[in-house]
Amino acid sequence: MAEKVFGRPDALLDVPTHYCPGCHHGIIHRLVAEVLDELKATDRTVGVASVGCSALAYDYFNVDMVQAAHGRAPAVATGIKRVLPDGVVFTYQGDGDIAAIGTAEIVHAAARGERITTIFVNNAIYGMTGGQMAPTSLVNQVTTTSPYGRKLESAGMPIKLSELLATLDGAKFLARVAVNNPANMAKAKAAIKKAFEIQISGLGFAMVEVLSTCPTNWGVTPIEANKWMESNMMPYYPLGTFRSEEVAK
Amino acid sequence: MSEKILMKGNEAIGEASVVAGCRHYFGYPITPQSELIEYMARRLPQVNGEFVQAESEIAAINMVYGAASAGARVMTSSSSPGISLKQEGISYIAGSQLPCVIVNIQRGGPGLGSIQPGQADYFQATKGGGHGDYRNIVLAPNSVQEMADITIDAFDLADKWRNAVMILGDGALGQMMEPVEFKESTRIPVEKPWATTGRHGRIKPNIVNSLNLQPDLMEKHNHVLQDKYARIEAAEARWENLQTVDAEIIVVAYGITSRIATTAINKARANGIKVGMLRPISLWPFPSKPLSDLAQQVKAFVVFEMSAGQMVEDVRLAVNGKRPVFFHGRTGGMLPTPKELYEKIVAVSNGEGGK
Repeated sequence: MAEKVFGRPDALLDVPTHYCPGCHHGIIHRLVAEVLDELKATDRTVGVASVGCSALAYDYFNVDMVQAAHGRAPAVATGIKRVLPDGVVFTYQGDGDIAAIGTAEIVHAAARGERITTIFVNNAIYGMTGGQMAPTSLVNQVTTTSPYGRKLESAGMPIKLSELLATLDGAKFLARVAVNNPANMAKAKAAIKKAFEIQISGLGFAMVEVLSTCPTNWGVTPIEANKWMESNMMPYYPLGTFRSEEVAK
Repeated sequence: MSEKILMKGNEAIGEASVVAGCRHYFGYPITPQSELIEYMARRLPQVNGEFVQAESEIAAINMVYGAASAGARVMTSSSSPGISLKQEGISYIAGSQLPCVIVNIQRGGPGLGSIQPGQADYFQATKGGGHGDYRNIVLAPNSVQEMADITIDAFDLADKWRNAVMILGDGALGQMMEPVEFKESTRIPVEKPWATTGRHGRIKPNIVNSLNLQPDLMEKHNHVLQDKYARIEAAEARWENLQTVDAEIIVVAYGITSRIATTAINKARANGIKVGMLRPISLWPFPSKPLSDLAQQVKAFVVFEMSAGQMVEDVRLAVNGKRPVFFHGRTGGMLPTPKELYEKIVAVSNGEGGK
């Protein structure tokens, strides 16, 4: 009998997604699903979808899902985790959701050391509403609400959320990764796995920031989007680990 | 506990929630409900419960959303400005049909207002409060004992209907001390097969959600909600009649105002005025039917509120023009005196009810 070497993870439903060609959400969904399966956590996981392009994530993950109000996913996840201490609870949030309207919720979930895992997808723009300026949009980046480019004088510098949360002791693992090539995908998966292991071992809060593309709203092709991310986002948002604690095996 | 003990209304709600099986509370401090969050902080760890002081009322109601999604009996509490902040979450709770108990110990408004008792959140509580077409069950106790009893009922009603239940108190009820006893809860735990607890072998994931991008399906969901609200209206209206049998004038008042009105009514009775009271206990569903029935028998209604006139609109809808409906209110955190309510009853009796 032939050995199965590749298949759809159990934690991912066999359905087409609404994500645009070249968008990284699909890859990131898959990495999260693979990790949940590998950790044998799929059956006891509750995911929290947010508001943005990933609002419909509840249609794609084969785990119990709660759809949260804009920015509130970490608070919703807190409520779930306090009821299900042995469950595995994650939020899946975009940059507008987590770094603008939901700044208070993510900061305090991290400060409490809430035993949840946050997957933060940073594509430097509001995707679902049609390409408006995000808290993570780069200086001079043209969006529909910064048509002359993001102005430093009025909008300030984009927020580096991973670095910001790194001041909080409740955050036990914080990493910024990308999925623009196979090597980075492998690193991203390792980080996501660690972020869930931190939760399962009861250590505290963990977040993985994944740099992502938005070809549609950036107005470029998928290949150009990867290049734009590499030459514009990565210099400002360096990949790396900002906090990490050892997980007892 | 079966003997009577002296307790503040806020604390009675806290203890009653524990009797009702609530083990999860999420809140944020605000006067005049702080005794309740303090009580829960002290009490829940004693019963292996979870207490979280959230970073805001917005976070607290969203923690409630999460805990209710996972199937827990859960409560939050606040006072008027904080309840305004919770409205986004309450709308989502309505859309997702999550059971929970929300306590509003009202104070004077609008804005930061005052920290003294008020009843000016009636519209917000009974007409929805957030965006979209929805209703919360709203219960308005008028004593510390009733605060305890209604809290236990509130959890049962929330589970029965998969709906938020708001306990609408005020700063006077929250702060005053009265003897209270806690009866055993006779509740039968409700199964929650819809809860998001992890699949645990279940094939199909459970999803708690208020979003539907297809308007025809969203309308269908609204019809489901409206059908539920119609059934709640038919089944759950609560009120108390006081000296209404021979009454010619009916006072309508709820909460602490009904206590003050009782003193005024007794004085008016002693002076030969045939006055009684209908006290709504559920503000939604509103006891429209008994008011409509009384309209056949009485000469006039007079509504007392600590607002500029909110519940009076529901009384007028119920009476439907059959009899005059007069109003007297105090606002901003001021309690009416028995004397001014008595004088209003006398004026109505003399046919000088004013507006």
